[in-house]
Amino acid sequence: MTGVPLSWYLILSAVLFTLGIAGFLQRRNIITVFMSIELMLNAVNLTFITFSYQLKQVNGQIFSFFVMVVAAAEAAVGLAIILTVFKNRQTLNIDEVSSMKD
Amino acid sequence: MQLWLIPVFPLAGFLLNGIFGRRLSKAVINTIAIGSVLLSFAWVLKTLAGLGDLSVAHTEQYFTWIQSGTLNVGFDFTVDRLTAVMLLVVTGVGSVIHVYSIGYMAHEGGYYRFFSYMNLFMFFMLTLVLAANYLVMFVGWEGVGLCSYLLISFYFDKKFATDAGNKAFIVNRIGDFGFSLAMFLIVVNFGSLDFGVVFTSVAGKPQGALEAIAFLLLLGACGKSAQLPLYVWLPDAMAGPTPVSALIHAATMVTAGVYMIARSAAIYAHAPAALEAVAIIGVLTAFFAATIGLAQNDIKKVWAYSTISQLGYMFLGAGVGAFSAGIYHLVTHAFFKALLFLGSGSVIHALSGEQDLRNMGGLRKKIPWTFWTMLCAAVAISGVPPFAGFFSKDAILAAAGRHAPWMYWLGVITAGMTAFYVFRAIFLAFFGNYRGKGHPHESPWVMLGPLVILAALSLGGGYFFKVPDFLSPLFPLAAEPDNLAPMLISVAFGLAGIGLAAWFYILQPDLPDRIVATFSGLYKLIYNKYFVDEIYGAAVVNPVVEGSNAVLWKGIDVAMIDGTVNGIGHRAQGIGGVLKKLQSGNIRSYAAWILLGVVVLLSMGVMGDLR
Repeated sequence: MTGVPLSWYLILSAVLFTLGIAGFLQRRNIITVFMSIELMLNAVNLTFITFSYQLKQVNGQIFSFFVMVVAAAEAAVGLAIILTVFKNRQTLNIDEVSSMKD
Repeated sequence: MQLWLIPVFPLAGFLLNGIFGRRLSKAVINTIAIGSVLLSFAWVLKTLAGLGDLSVAHTEQYFTWIQSGTLNVGFDFTVDRLTAVMLLVVTGVGSVIHVYSIGYMAHEGGYYRFFSYMNLFMFFMLTLVLAANYLVMFVGWEGVGLCSYLLISFYFDKKFATDAGNKAFIVNRIGDFGFSLAMFLIVVNFGSLDFGVVFTSVAGKPQGALEAIAFLLLLGACGKSAQLPLYVWLPDAMAGPTPVSALIHAATMVTAGVYMIARSAAIYAHAPAALEAVAIIGVLTAFFAATIGLAQNDIKKVWAYSTISQLGYMFLGAGVGAFSAGIYHLVTHAFFKALLFLGSGSVIHALSGEQDLRNMGGLRKKIPWTFWTMLCAAVAISGVPPFAGFFSKDAILAAAGRHAPWMYWLGVITAGMTAFYVFRAIFLAFFGNYRGKGHPHESPWVMLGPLVILAALSLGGGYFFKVPDFLSPLFPLAAEPDNLAPMLISVAFGLAGIGLAAWFYILQPDLPDRIVATFSGLYKLIYNKYFVDEIYGAAVVNPVVEGSNAVLWKGIDVAMIDGTVNGIGHRAQGIGGVLKKLQSGNIRSYAAWILLGVVVLLSMGVMGDLR
């Protein structure tokens, strides 16, 4: 592999993943949380692709396709849920959607 | 010979009446209840006729009940001469009393319940008598105790009746405890519970074990047969209907203890100390109960103490080695005591429930059949020759005289007291002027017929049924005494008792009151039954109740058991209260927990603990 070393990819991936976690934990807006999840998935995708390229194996790329499919499906379902929640509660604050607690 | 049919007939009667009795008419209930007992009686007669002279026991094995290691307990029935005597008494007298009950119970509630219990009792009593090993006998033993409880508490809406039932059941538990311990010892020492095996291998067993078994069996017999010190339940048991008193608490169940001791004669023959204890308990009970009987005013209570006293005679007979004399007295006693109870039932029936002798009097003219039949029983129990009680009592007293003179004399004095209190009751009830209210009426024939049959048996039963001769293969007879003095003395005491009663209660009716006034302390002691119930209450019942209250209930149950259980509950609640904070419903806190988990797992991986 020429140019960019492996560790840079992994560091970038870890940074993206950590940002995703931080966003997931910190933000209260459901859409931001959702985007944080996408960010984590893509961080994982990046790792898969990196290793696939590094090890000259196609498995990682196939996995990343799977992840994309899941992410797309998740986006569709998740956005639908978010819309329904907003319609019913007029809020996107995730802490107020806690009626399962009791 | 299908011995099992003998108890199964009454069992069928019990099931039919018990299950369907509520919807059946009285005629059908009567047919089932009396018919089943009569069938059983007929089957006994047929069986005994078919078995010849019964010189060897006839045993039938139905199925293996318990098989454990070398112990093998079968559900077996056996008939020998002793069983034959008991079978005839139980089914014969039982049939007569069942017929009588039709009339006596005619106006009572719970008619079908009464007859189904009576049939159940017959089933258990016959099982007890037919048993070929101690365990089957114990089944019958417990079963008759249950039926006794059910029938004493028959008027279950009356507090005194249910109390009396409880008392009978609980006091009997003490005896049953002895019986079961004796069975355990028999299993340990003999490896079997079969009568045949046990009795043939008694010789050579350790003396201590045999004495222990015999004493424990005696404890069981004392409970069931109402002997000192466990007699206290029988007087209270009179709370049940009168036919119950006649059948269970005079003729059959209470004699089970005597039967069991006679059955275990082979063990007692090798346990002289226990046999001596049987005789001592018997003679003391006979004397003690007779003194109480002198001062009772309730006619059934008089017969109750008389029964205890006569059972004491049977124990005395068995204890001095004259088992056949004890069984002889058992048979004649079944006749005349059942008659006394049924007769007093007829009196109570005539007076619409009055039981107090002080409110009777002059009934001789009003209910002549009852009077004459009861007179037959009275002369029989008083030992007037040649009626039933004379033969059996004489046989016992003669054996007691050979064994120990003091037992003979105590027995003779008791015989005098017996004659006195029996005729006191007769004279108070049937002579003098009528002291009660209401109009006495003679009982229906369905009640008088049984009285007449039993009267005939009371008069001639001793002469025609020579039980000791019949039992001589089992219990060898002693040589005929050539000295007639002991017999004459006991007869003289009996006649003196009758004469004294006549003098007190017919010729000089105010004499008893003056004597009572003179010896008021002694009279109060006897009238209150020596305060034995009060002593038991203070010495046994109250400590148990108080101990249960303070220690078992408040100490162990509430503090320890409830405390432990509730403590565990509270602790679980506390832990749950902490854990439920995790389940906040806040998605971000869940995510934080997941993250924490990941960090922990990863750090374990980095540390190399996770492979």
